[in-house]
Amino acid sequence: MTLTEKYKPLTDAAAASGVSDLQVREQDNVLYIDGVAPNGEVKDQLWAKYGEIDPNFTGGDLVLDIKTSIDANVTKVKVTTESSNLNIRKGPGTDQPIVGKAAHGEVITLVSRANEQWWQVRTADGEEGYAYAQYLTPEA
Amino acid sequence: MTKVFLALLVAGTVSFVSCKPKDADVKASVDKVLVINPDYSNAVVTVTDGVATLTGEVKDDATKAALEASVKNVKGVKSVVNNTVVPAPVAPPVIAADDPLTAAVKDATKDYPGVMATVKDGVISLTGTIEKSKLVKLMQALNGLNPKSIDNKLTVK
Repeated sequence: MTLTEKYKPLTDAAAASGVSDLQVREQDNVLYIDGVAPNGEVKDQLWAKYGEIDPNFTGGDLVLDIKTSIDANVTKVKVTTESSNLNIRKGPGTDQPIVGKAAHGEVITLVSRANEQWWQVRTADGEEGYAYAQYLTPEA
Repeated sequence: MTKVFLALLVAGTVSFVSCKPKDADVKASVDKVLVINPDYSNAVVTVTDGVATLTGEVKDDATKAALEASVKNVKGVKSVVNNTVVPAPVAPPVIAADDPLTAAVKDATKDYPGVMATVKDGVISLTGTIEKSKLVKLMQALNGLNPKSIDNKLTVK
């Protein structure tokens, strides 16, 4: 079975759920699926589909890079860590000094999205810096 | 005078009528050429006054030229307007360089104490242990860093 066939339920679901800029390419026995999901739920559904095909993601034959579309007007983000405070750092990287913290569940200001991984934020106390984007959820 | 006019009118009508099926015949002949070659399966032809206009998609410029030459040779085709398009090549996947990827992997795995990660030639290798409930979140983060592939040897608890 080819990789395209193996992951067809996933690519079909991506196409059917409104993923934009969808690209599916195979290179050196790895399938690369890129796209932008309309929201976080669609992204999670696609990962659930991936989990049905490869429960613990051990195949090593797929790179699933589904980003989430974010409205440019979003200015508030919620801290969605598991339970802990979120570090705010001077620059985009865990090697950067911590300049502040945001509490779990706190809604803070999104200043800019520096890159996919690190967003520039500001707390109500005026602490400004970079936080790991995976722990931030845009407020509608 | 009236008779001459009528004769001209009749002649004109006849020639007009005889022209119509001719384009259809030429189109049918061109369609036969398109059907034979699977490379031409997404090309479409229309024929007007002997001018064959090709639209649709062909895989590359060589196919586009070959298609045009074949259609020119079809009896009844006076000229060819080749409006077929060659799709833009699909860009290869972006693979991150090891240094930025190593830094990004360090950031992404920081909150997973049981997980060890190394990067070599764009491949992220994972060892150690992780809870099942945290696996998807970690994998989502790592898949977004443009790795070549992910060699996941994590033990899932």
